[in-house]
Amino acid sequence: MIQMKEKTQSQALPHLDELYKEIILEHYRKPCGREPLDKVDYHAEGMNPLCGDEVRLSLCMKDKKIDKVHIEGHGCSISVASGSILADMLRGKTIDEAKRVSRYLKDLMHDKSNKEKIDIGDLEALEGVKKFPVRIKCALLPWTTFEEALVGHEHVEIS
Amino acid sequence: MFDIEKIRKDFSILERKIWDDKLLVYLDNAATTQKPKVVINALVEYYENYNANIHRGVHKLAEEATSAYENVRAKVKSFLSCDEASEVIFTRNTTESINLLAYSLGESLNDGDEVLLTEMEHHSNIIPWYLLRGRKKINIKFIPITDQYELDYEKLEKLIVKGTKIISITHKSNVLGTVNDIKKIAKLAKDNGSILIVDAAQSAPHMKINFTDLGCDFLSFSSHKMCGPTGVGVLVGKKELLEKMPPFLGGGEMIRKVTFEDFTLNDVPWKFEAGTPNIADVIAFGVAIEYIQKIGLENIHKHEIELTKYALDKLSKFTFLKIYGSSDASKRAGIITFSNPVVHPHDIATIIDQDGVAIRAGHHCAQPLMKRLGVSATARASFYFYNTEEEIDIFVSVLQKAFDYFEVGACKELKGESKERVSK
Repeated sequence: MIQMKEKTQSQALPHLDELYKEIILEHYRKPCGREPLDKVDYHAEGMNPLCGDEVRLSLCMKDKKIDKVHIEGHGCSISVASGSILADMLRGKTIDEAKRVSRYLKDLMHDKSNKEKIDIGDLEALEGVKKFPVRIKCALLPWTTFEEALVGHEHVEIS
Repeated sequence: MFDIEKIRKDFSILERKIWDDKLLVYLDNAATTQKPKVVINALVEYYENYNANIHRGVHKLAEEATSAYENVRAKVKSFLSCDEASEVIFTRNTTESINLLAYSLGESLNDGDEVLLTEMEHHSNIIPWYLLRGRKKINIKFIPITDQYELDYEKLEKLIVKGTKIISITHKSNVLGTVNDIKKIAKLAKDNGSILIVDAAQSAPHMKINFTDLGCDFLSFSSHKMCGPTGVGVLVGKKELLEKMPPFLGGGEMIRKVTFEDFTLNDVPWKFEAGTPNIADVIAFGVAIEYIQKIGLENIHKHEIELTKYALDKLSKFTFLKIYGSSDASKRAGIITFSNPVVHPHDIATIIDQDGVAIRAGHHCAQPLMKRLGVSATARASFYFYNTEEEIDIFVSVLQKAFDYFEVGACKELKGESKERVSK
C-alpha cells in the first residue's frame, strides 16, 4: 500500500515543450495534405472512439509510388500534426517504404527497438508524446488509418 | 452545517499531490466522485468482519451481510421517497439499469411502436434502444433541444403520439447541465399511456429527488457519482410494472423453484437480481447515502450553484471561449462545458493536468449531442460539494496558461484556418 503510494506520487513532471515541440505546433497551425485529390486509390476513415477524433485519409498513386496524400478531420494538435507529418513524409514513397515509416512510429511510441534505417524527418518531434501515454493514440490515429486504407479499403473510389 | 474545510478532511485523496508538488484540483465529478473515508472503511469492515453470501446461508455472517445489504434498499427508498423498498433494484450502474428496462420492457413492444429520447442523451440511454431496434421493428425519435440548450417542449408535445410506448429522458444533461422538467413530461406521458424512464445519473447526487412526486415510472442512477463505490447502480420502478415485467438475467436468486422442466420466478426486486450481487459495494453505498444526507442535498445543490456562478463569472473574461448551457447558474448547477476552435479540448486537459487540475475532454459519451452542438469534442469542468472557490481560481489561472500556450486570442490567422477546417 505504502509502496503504491510512493509509486503514484513520484512521477516527474514531463515538460509541456516535449509534447508541443515547435515543429508540432507548426504542423498544427498549417497542416499539409489539405488539398483535395483528383483521383483516389486508397481511402479510409479513422476514429478514436475515446475522444471523437476523426481522420479521413486518401492516397493517390503514380508509378507505384504515393503521389499525393489528402487528410482531413477533427482532432487535437497532436493528431492533426501527426497527420500533417504523414502527408508530408509519405509523398514519393512506395507502399512498402511507407509501411516501414508507420511501423517505425508505432515502435517509437511503444518504446520498442526498431533498427530500420529510414529518414524519420519530422517524426522525431513526436517522440515526446510517449511521455504523455494517454496521447499516444492521438499521434497514431492518422497512421493506423493509413494502414487500414491499405488492407481494408483498397482502391476505393470516392467522388 | 456546511463546513467545507471539515468536509474536505473526509477525503484523503484531496490531499494528494500530482506531479510531486501540485495539489489535486478534481473537477471531473460528473464522471465519478471521490469517496470519503467512511465509505472506504465500510468496505474494509465488511470484508474483515462479516463477508458472506447473502439470502441463503443460515449462519451468523450470512444473516449480518443479508441484513446490511437489504438495509441499503430501505435507505434508497427513503433517499428517493418511493413507496416501497421492494421497488429498489440493485444493478451495476445506470447503464445496466437502462439496459434492463430496454430488454424487459422491450419484450412487450410491437412493430411500429415508438421510443422517444432526447438530443441530449448519454450513449447509455441511446444504445440499449438501438439494440432493441435490432430485435424489434420499433422507431426511435429524438426530442430536439433549443438554441438555449433546453428541451424544445413544444416539439416534445407533438412528438408524443399514439404509438409512443416509452419515453426515456435524462433528468440532467452530463454536458449542458440542463435540468429537464420531468413533472411536466410525466403528465404528458401519463395522459398518453406512455412509460416514462428517467436517467438520474447526474441529478440524484446533486439535488433532492422525490420519485413519487416526479411522477415517472422508472428512474436510475449510479453509486459512484455520489461518493459511493463503483459497480453499484440503482433502478427504481413502480411495483405494478416491475411485477408484470419479464426478468433480465437468469440464474441464482431470481428464481423460486427450479425443476428439470421449468422454473418459477422470485418476487420483485430479487427477480431482477440474478447471481451473487455486489454485496460489499452496495453496503458501502448505503454509507455514502447517509454521508450525503448528513451534508444535505439542499446544501449540496446550493453550494454547487454558487460555485458555478463564481466559475461562469471568472470564465467570462475569456471572450473567445464558447460555453455551452444556460448562462443562469441555477439552471445548470455543477457542470460547465466549453470549447474554443484554436485549442482542442484534449490539449487544454493535458496542459492543465500539469498543474494538477483534472477535467474531462472529449465527447462525454454524447456524440449525437456533440453533432447537434457542431463540435467533435468539448472540455468539461464539473463540481461537487467538496470543491472550493480557491480551486476554481486555480482552474481559471491554468486555463489562461493553456490559452497562452496556443496563443488563443492572439493569432487571427490560426482562428480562420480552424474554422475552415471545421466547415469542410
